Amino acid sequence: MRLSIDLTSPPDVLCDLAVAKIWPRRFLENAVGGQMTTRMLAAMIGAGLSAALMGQAQAAKDTLTLGMVLEPPHLDPTAGAASAIREVTYANLFEGLTRIDVEGRVIPALAESWTISPDGLVYAFKLHQGVKFHDGTPFDCGIVKFSYERAVAPDSVNAQKGLFEPIAKTECPDPLTAVVSLKHPASTFLFNMAWGDAVMVAPGSVATNKTNPIGTGPFRFKQWIKGDRVELERSKDYWGTPAKLSAVTFKIVSDPSAATAAMLAGDLDAFPNFPAAEALDQFRADPRFTVKIGTTEGKTILALNNTRKPFDDVRVRRALALAIDRKTLIDGAMSGLGQPIGSHYVSQDPGYVDLTGVYPYDPAKAKASLAAAGIPPGTVFTLKLPPPGYARRSGEVIAAQLEQVGITVKLEPIEFAQWLENVFKQSDFDMTIIAHTEARDMDIYARDKYYFNYHSDAYKALYAKYLEANDPKVAVDLLGQLQRQLAEDEPNVFLFSLPKIGVWNTGVKGLWDNYPMPVNDLTAVSWAQ
Amino acid sequence: MIPFIAGRLAALVLTVLAAALVVFLVLEVLPGDPASIMLGVSARPDTLAALHQQLGLDRPAWLRFFSWIGHLAIGDFGTSYTYNVPVAELLGQRVMVSLPLAVMAITLSTAIAIPTGVFAAARRGRAGDLAVMGVAQIGVAVPNFWLGLLLILLFAVKLAWLPASGFAGWDHGLWPGIRSLLLPAIALALPQAAILARVTRSSVLETLGEDFVRTARAKGLTRGAALWRHAVPNALIPVVTIMGLQFSFLLAGTIIIENVFTLPGLGRLIFQAIAQRDLIVVQDLVVLLAASVILVNFLVDLAYAALDPRLSRGGSR
Repeated sequence: MRLSIDLTSPPDVLCDLAVAKIWPRRFLENAVGGQMTTRMLAAMIGAGLSAALMGQAQAAKDTLTLGMVLEPPHLDPTAGAASAIREVTYANLFEGLTRIDVEGRVIPALAESWTISPDGLVYAFKLHQGVKFHDGTPFDCGIVKFSYERAVAPDSVNAQKGLFEPIAKTECPDPLTAVVSLKHPASTFLFNMAWGDAVMVAPGSVATNKTNPIGTGPFRFKQWIKGDRVELERSKDYWGTPAKLSAVTFKIVSDPSAATAAMLAGDLDAFPNFPAAEALDQFRADPRFTVKIGTTEGKTILALNNTRKPFDDVRVRRALALAIDRKTLIDGAMSGLGQPIGSHYVSQDPGYVDLTGVYPYDPAKAKASLAAAGIPPGTVFTLKLPPPGYARRSGEVIAAQLEQVGITVKLEPIEFAQWLENVFKQSDFDMTIIAHTEARDMDIYARDKYYFNYHSDAYKALYAKYLEANDPKVAVDLLGQLQRQLAEDEPNVFLFSLPKIGVWNTGVKGLWDNYPMPVNDLTAVSWAQ
Repeated sequence: MIPFIAGRLAALVLTVLAAALVVFLVLEVLPGDPASIMLGVSARPDTLAALHQQLGLDRPAWLRFFSWIGHLAIGDFGTSYTYNVPVAELLGQRVMVSLPLAVMAITLSTAIAIPTGVFAAARRGRAGDLAVMGVAQIGVAVPNFWLGLLLILLFAVKLAWLPASGFAGWDHGLWPGIRSLLLPAIALALPQAAILARVTRSSVLETLGEDFVRTARAKGLTRGAALWRHAVPNALIPVVTIMGLQFSFLLAGTIIIENVFTLPGLGRLIFQAIAQRDLIVVQDLVVLLAASVILVNFLVDLAYAALDPRLSRGGSR
């Protein structure tokens, strides 16, 4: 769930800061939100000059400048949760044994192939020959053993230590074969090893990877001007297909209006995860730009504290689901982008079942269910809202919708650090809105302790069966059952999936339209000739 | 003059210590754990404990406070939790953006404000005065970040004369760096110039009514000579006070403008550091900014003394 938070939080916080102090929000949005400002300026200076600019910057280019909202705190994906780390490093600088492609499928990376024992306990990976780290360190099974053992060590600071939990041991029968034995079957293992947190790192460079990352990828680290940009350059001795771009710059632009201006001014070639949905019309109307609305794994939910009264009553949780009109919510809070979800799963993932019709918008029925559960009209619930724009805006829409069924929602905007402490760690909340952006993370409902406190033995049993399922067909069937179980119990109100808004120069080819993980794989990106 | 300076220096050290204690206590009370933020929501308790130990956060608060202050006293700012580099290095890079920006903005605003303010005072109540003060009134009301956005749209997007955002760095020469600071400096300077012009005008008007100006005129000086030689120098004290306040504001208060222009300056650093609970960076920055505000005030006091010799004579302050 880390990612959604990272994607937009500081600018929104900043925006709030500015707005709260100086202007009413509505005014600010009108004044600086793209359309109006452009019109005002057009009136001020005339539109003639922009035509002169259109022709330039299309010459044969083999470098790319991308915008990103948040700066990575450091560049070691094995030692931090910030998604910005992986947005820069995944597939570009660092590689794992497996990786995912644009559709979210697991494909070979440093392992060229693998076999799985019939009981699902032993994975034998055949490694690529002749792979070297950027500093010349050769890659072999010893590196695999080191990387995995480091991730599970007692002093490990891997943010996703849980991914490695099934690993019992890693053995090296020969330098190009890595045999990983598991404690118990884990049908998600190959997918887990494709995460950015499971990349291969060399013993000689782990201490300095945060500031000088050394990986095996097609790009090598060049420099990082803190607060401004990270630069990568093509690696000369890459083991696979070399990158088409000779150099890549990730530029940090955190303010949505500044991002719009930087794209319009041509300072940036691409903004793969563009933060200003309200400015899209102006890019759509401009032939210089391509606008791509893609999918992400972000499942936005109205999380409920399942052990706190009255949310321990399934009738109340279902009533809340019936009281929320997802269509209006998406239009109002997300500029119409994003798709309704009916469970903790998104439509592009394998085994998806459409459950959006289980709780159709029906305020009358919601009111009746609330009354039956003994909730009098005028009851007050507190909704804690972390900084991302989707959460703050959804909060307002949901408060208005719940008002219609007699529930008064007290909105409480909080900082992300506070959210982590109070909501996530201490479960001190009634309701909150958050997007869980980790792919296929249905395990969170099977945990003993997780912030929304859902406990269902039926679900846990199903999930254990899913983990042990070796047959993909059985696994898909179980995924469907898991989703149905969640929709049945409705521990949280499932709202919508977050969109990926990509804006780039029309000449740029090969960027990912979707975010099966929030990463920017630039290995196949080039400029149209 | 020497006891005056010594007194000021003692006050500086005490104020910095007080600021250090206050910021440390505030950050202690504030909910939020740097390790949780770094490791996100999938982190396991043992991972968090390992990171706490790595960062030294498992030690009691008083020990952390004295260890921090002790290191600070010998010039060691510590290591940033999130960036994992020495804080001194971070601050050094950021000051190289914020300080030139502040200097450019204050120079620009002074260069605009003082002549305009004097001009308006000299033409009190006439068309020139009304026009200048009308514009200044708008300038006071316009928030600098909004002005910044308009400037970007005009000079970067439409005219493509200047970059829309980012900082080119000083290593490519002086001009690219100045180019990237020009628009933010203007955005910061104009609203400040408006305030400064109004202060200058009223201060000059006040001195114009003083006896010594009338005497100067009676001695036969022209209006202009009396204005520039007698009224303006005597009107500068309030102007310098405001400039000192503005400079302190510019050093730290540029969070929003730095965000609008995506400049890697101190304002953005402190904001990021607070959001990520990079405690050591926040603490160091607050102390540094407190020290620089005090230092600027000290310089302003020295400037008073230069402008009005009576102030430094016989410890009259």
